[in-house]
Order: sequence, then structure tokens, then C-alpha cells
Amino acid sequence: MSDVQVELTVNGQARTATVQPRLTLADFLREECRLTGTHLGCEHGVCGACTVLVDGEAVRSCLVFAVQAAGSEVTTVEGLGGPDGELSPVQAALRDCHGLQCGFCTPGFVVSITAFLRDNPRPTDQETREALSGTLCRCTGYQGILRAVQQAAGAETAR
Amino acid sequence: MKPAAFDYHAPGTVEEAVALLAELGDDAKVLAGGQSLIPMLALRLTAFDHLVDVCRIPELQGVQQRDGGVRIGAAVRHAQVGTSPEVAAAAPLLTLATPLVGHFQIRNRGTLGGAIAHADPAAEYPAAALALDATMDIASPTGRRTLTAQEFFTDLWTTAMEPDEMLVGVTFPAWGGRSGFAVEEFARRHGDYAIAGAEVAVELDETDRVRRCAIGLVALGPTPERPREAEAELVGRPVSEIDPAEVGRLAMAGLTAVTSDGNGSADYRRRVGAAMVARAWTRAVADASTEGAA
Repeated sequence: MSDVQVELTVNGQARTATVQPRLTLADFLREECRLTGTHLGCEHGVCGACTVLVDGEAVRSCLVFAVQAAGSEVTTVEGLGGPDGELSPVQAALRDCHGLQCGFCTPGFVVSITAFLRDNPRPTDQETREALSGTLCRCTGYQGILRAVQQAAGAETAR
Repeated sequence: MKPAAFDYHAPGTVEEAVALLAELGDDAKVLAGGQSLIPMLALRLTAFDHLVDVCRIPELQGVQQRDGGVRIGAAVRHAQVGTSPEVAAAAPLLTLATPLVGHFQIRNRGTLGGAIAHADPAAEYPAAALALDATMDIASPTGRRTLTAQEFFTDLWTTAMEPDEMLVGVTFPAWGGRSGFAVEEFARRHGDYAIAGAEVAVELDETDRVRRCAIGLVALGPTPERPREAEAELVGRPVSEIDPAEVGRLAMAGLTAVTSDGNGSADYRRRVGAAMVARAWTRAVADASTEGAA
């Protein structure tokens, strides 16, 4: 089995690595780029913890091989906050609304909610629930996360 | 889990892709969006020595109006199908079905051609293709051919394509006149595969009789199903005299291979299926009626 060279951009930085084709984008980010903010839960596309942006669109990085993302611009949760660690509006809202407990699923929620609110800045409650349904949280019962989306939507609109 | 090792190929043209498939035989599989294939590889339900990624082939991209209908490249992603004005104009049933496919993160990667070639009877696009009489453009090393949806879906996850063939695009003919469309599904959670579902298209004539109708059934057999006898019984009748519950019963009458599994018995699926058909019929008729009498 032949290795492949993968060149892509992660959080604005060019990255190149020679990897097995079976390496998922999630493992590429964690192991080759040492960006461990992207979490792997189920590794088969159910839990949503590994969600990242590929060319701006939220996708499950466990369901993309790194080689498929060659040439793409990838944004992980590390790329969403400020350079000095300042929380993004979505991250701040999750903290304010107790939208996390153990935090394992949180990177997936942060990335998914960021893309969702960019495309739909004033979502209805039903739209928000549908958007959140692709990511699993076993701690919060989702109500805090739902409030965080509403707060972040308000904050974005107030800007 | 991690997928077994494989060699990766990214051909630039359809001809290169089918030549690879012919050369590699059963050891190769087409990789499109990967939203069904990669989980199966990760769970080690299947393994291939070679994956042929077709998403970088320009011919598989794009949505075009064609002969009043719409032609969708096999590698067009669900998100693009769902927001395409050309699709909404020619095949509104497809637009309505799209939000029910997985979650938005899945729809950003999954492709129309991948969903149709995967031929999952519980999936939305195969049933829509069958209901709308879509045609499949298929390439092989010896040339091109076109199959109707009825010819294409042959069994569970099985199509009429040979191992060295690939789906290039799908054409959906438009429905004209006073047409209405609706999709109804029942799943335990949003984004799950439906326990049963129905995709209904109906066209009314100027006297409010059914000019034609099509019913695509989801998760009610080994393939997407289409109860053509039920459709034939409804054509020509005044729509106001059709009881939606009767449509549901008719649509279930001819089904012979409804599956039982952990999500429900065959009997339960039929009851859910009848209810989904009735609901979709009601909404499709209402949608057609708003088109106004000619």
C-alpha cells in the first residue's frame, strides 16, 4: 500500500505530510498537526465531536480521509478563538450558558454552531434543534447548548 | 476503529476512472462523498485494496437544466442539491427530501450519485429517483449507457451497474402543470434512517382530477419501492373523493418484502408506511391545489 503526500492549509498554516491513504482527516489533524482540539468519539460519523470546517463547510473529519482534503483549507476549533486565547462568541456563549460539562463534545458543537450561525444568523428554535441534532452530548441535556446558540445569535446580530 | 489499508486513486476523468475499475476488478471501490462507505470501512464491515475517488472529476460536478428537467452530476453534494434553484424548479421532491438526509454536516460531504449508487432502500434520494422516473447516466470502459431508475435498483444495496461501471449523472424529468410534492418520514430521531417514509408527487388536471401521481416508498422493501398499481387506481379520479388513508392502504397492498428489524416489525412498518403515504398525499394535493386551476 502506497503512502501519499498531503498538502493542505490548517488554520491558515500550510501543512504537508506523507501519510497512509486510510488516515482520516481527524487523525491527520491530531497526529500530524498536533491539533488535539478535534476530538474523536465514535469514529464512524455519528457523534459529531470531530467536526471541522473544510473550505468553510462543517464536516465530520472522521468521515474524510486526509488525502481527500488535499488542497483544502481546514479550520479546527483552535482556529476559531482569538490569537491570545480569547473565546469566540460561540465559545463564550457556551461558557455563559453552561453549554458544556465534561467538554469532550464541545469542539464539535463550537465548529458546527459557528458554521450554522454564519449561514443562518437568526435561526428559529426548530432550525437550531435540527442543527444541533448532528452532535451528541452526554452531559448537558442540550438545554444549555440551545440557550448558547440563542445567545450567540443575539451577540452576532448586535455587532 | 480505523479502516484497513488501501491504495488511493484520484483519476481526473471518467475514462481514467472506469479504466482503473476494470483493471482492479473486485478489489476496487468507487469513493464519492464517503458518508456511507467510510463508516462501513471504519467498522470493518467491508474492505477494499483500492479506493477510486471520483470527486475530483470535473464531469461529475454541476447542475444543469436539461430538456425541461434537471441533470445533476454524480459528485454534486447534498447541500448543493438542497439549495439549487434548478433542482427546486424541476424536481421539488428532491429539494424537499434533502433536509431529511442525515445531518447538515453529512449533507456537506455526501453526494447525490453516491447515495443513489449505494442504493439503500432507507435512503431518500433512491426513492425520489424512482418516483420521478429519473435516468442514470453510466460509464464503462466500453462506453456509456442510460438506465431508468426502475432498471437501476435491483436489490438491497445492489444496482444494475457492473463492477467496472460508474454513475456519472442523474437526470430528473420535470413535472409540469398543477403539480404538488411532499415527503414524510418517521424516524426515532431527526437524521436517523426512517422506519418508513413516503415521497409523493401528484399532478391535477383542470377539473381537479388526478392526471398522474407517483409514490416513492422508503424503507419498505429491499429496494426503494413504487406502488404502481396504487398509482394507476388513483389516476383519473376526482381528488376530493380520494381518502388519503385509502391511498396509504393501496400503497402498502402490493408490498411483498417489508423487512423486520430492531426498529420495527414488517407489520409495524406497513402501518407507519400507510400513515406516511396518507400524510404526504394530503400535503402534495394541497401543494398542487395552490398552483391554481388552469
